[in-house]
Amino acid sequence: MRLLREAYYIILGFLQMLGAAGFFLAQMLRHVPKALMRPRLIFQQVFNVGAMSLVLILIAGLFVGMVMGLQGYNTLSKFAATSALGTLVALSLLRELGPVVTALLFAGRAGTALTSEIGLMRATEQIAGMEMMAVDPVQRIVVPRFLAGVISMPLLVGIFNAVGLLGGYLVGVVLMGVDAGAFWGQIHGTVDLHEDFWTGVIKSVVFGIATTLVAVFEGYYAHPTAEGVSRATTRTVVNSALLVLALDYLLTAFMF
Amino acid sequence: MTTEEHKHSDNVVEITGLKYRVGDKAIFDRLNISIPRGKVTAIMGPSGTGKTTLLRVMTGQVLPDRGRVMVEGRNVARLTTGELYELRTQMGFLFQNGALFTDSTVYENVAFPIREHTRLPEALIRHIVLMKLQAVGLRGAAAMMPTELSGGMARRVALARAIAMDPKIIFYDEPFVGLDPISMGVIVRLIRVLNDSLGLTSIIVSHDVDEVNAVSDQSYLISNGKVVAYGTPEELEHNKSAWVRQFMKGLADGPVPFHYPAPDYASQLLGEVDT
Repeated sequence: MRLLREAYYIILGFLQMLGAAGFFLAQMLRHVPKALMRPRLIFQQVFNVGAMSLVLILIAGLFVGMVMGLQGYNTLSKFAATSALGTLVALSLLRELGPVVTALLFAGRAGTALTSEIGLMRATEQIAGMEMMAVDPVQRIVVPRFLAGVISMPLLVGIFNAVGLLGGYLVGVVLMGVDAGAFWGQIHGTVDLHEDFWTGVIKSVVFGIATTLVAVFEGYYAHPTAEGVSRATTRTVVNSALLVLALDYLLTAFMF
Repeated sequence: MTTEEHKHSDNVVEITGLKYRVGDKAIFDRLNISIPRGKVTAIMGPSGTGKTTLLRVMTGQVLPDRGRVMVEGRNVARLTTGELYELRTQMGFLFQNGALFTDSTVYENVAFPIREHTRLPEALIRHIVLMKLQAVGLRGAAAMMPTELSGGMARRVALARAIAMDPKIIFYDEPFVGLDPISMGVIVRLIRVLNDSLGLTSIIVSHDVDEVNAVSDQSYLISNGKVVAYGTPEELEHNKSAWVRQFMKGLADGPVPFHYPAPDYASQLLGEVDT
């Protein structure tokens, strides 16, 4: 009985959070037109959120591509099908690994930074100060960061995929001796613009909305104490990761 | 002018029958306060009596459970967000910790409300910011970051930012807390000078009796959700109430006992009652 009651409260809490995040998203969307009138604020945040994540994305992309090249080569060589390595690396990256791994890394690097920044602004009364100066903090602080996250994510995914392909090429072609013509030719022949490329872009946009929404929501409603901000930051990583994986399944099921 | 309008022009803030609870605890119980225009009015009381909450009620950050809070003749609780923000353009609010934006310079902090609310050319914004910083004596600190400032300086910068839009009313939340004697003297002088030279109405929430007496025209003493005394600093000094005397003179024991309610000391030491 106690177990049932606890499960009930957990589900209730989850639904309440979902509802609150939905309202927050609606509130943000209402402010988007006004925020777009001040693109400088958005570009500043694209730098903070996107450009500052670039090194991490480049390194991670390269290693993921290299691992894919190595694993793919080892498996495919058993069937004497190493010429299909390019297809394997490209499809894995475009359809799944690119958007998902980038989103997970983005949540860890940029999401936590957004949550702790907004949470600390709340804790040090900077948000209340802004409200007292008759400036809406959602419009001035939250929306530019949200838009920056949504803009940055597809760009980061594109860069991750490009570097990942390069990593696969380095290991497969340069190190293991797969024919370069076959590697690129297979990619050119099998990767479909609509089926593979655009679905990856759609995923990256959805993940961008989800991870940035979680980050700014957790930051804005963080308890204004050191512990509250630290808890909110942890929740950002955990909730973003779970949300990305769940959304990935749903999008894959619908699109492919 | 009707009686109602006349009342509004005399009192900037008019609170009647204010009730506010947090959980089971009544913070305000039928509280009545009037803040006259052009004066420095202090609201004093022991820590935890809800002085800061009272400022938040006046500025619409917190909604009262019951009662009427009129600011400049407008019922704060009934305003839409847009109307409230419009009213707040006439208000300046000095937070206890300054609430400066830590990622912007002193200059940018003071320029912030001007940039947000006006489309003035940069040269004019520069003049206004330098004038406001000059008024608080910190024109030389314009390029500094908030983290480089002392507590007193941060509060003065926050004050410059609060008067950037030339407000009619300025709210000070514990402006004297944690300052050295010189910074304290500077803030006391600034509150008076700014109030008189800019024609403001100043509302100070504080428990620092000496500083408040040095600057205020009249003070309210609140405790347990009610006004317990009201008057000029001299009137409060000579108040007959034992509670007022204890508070004004800072006596350790009196109507407010030194000991927080606890079980019998000996019984507790002997373990007869649980801790």
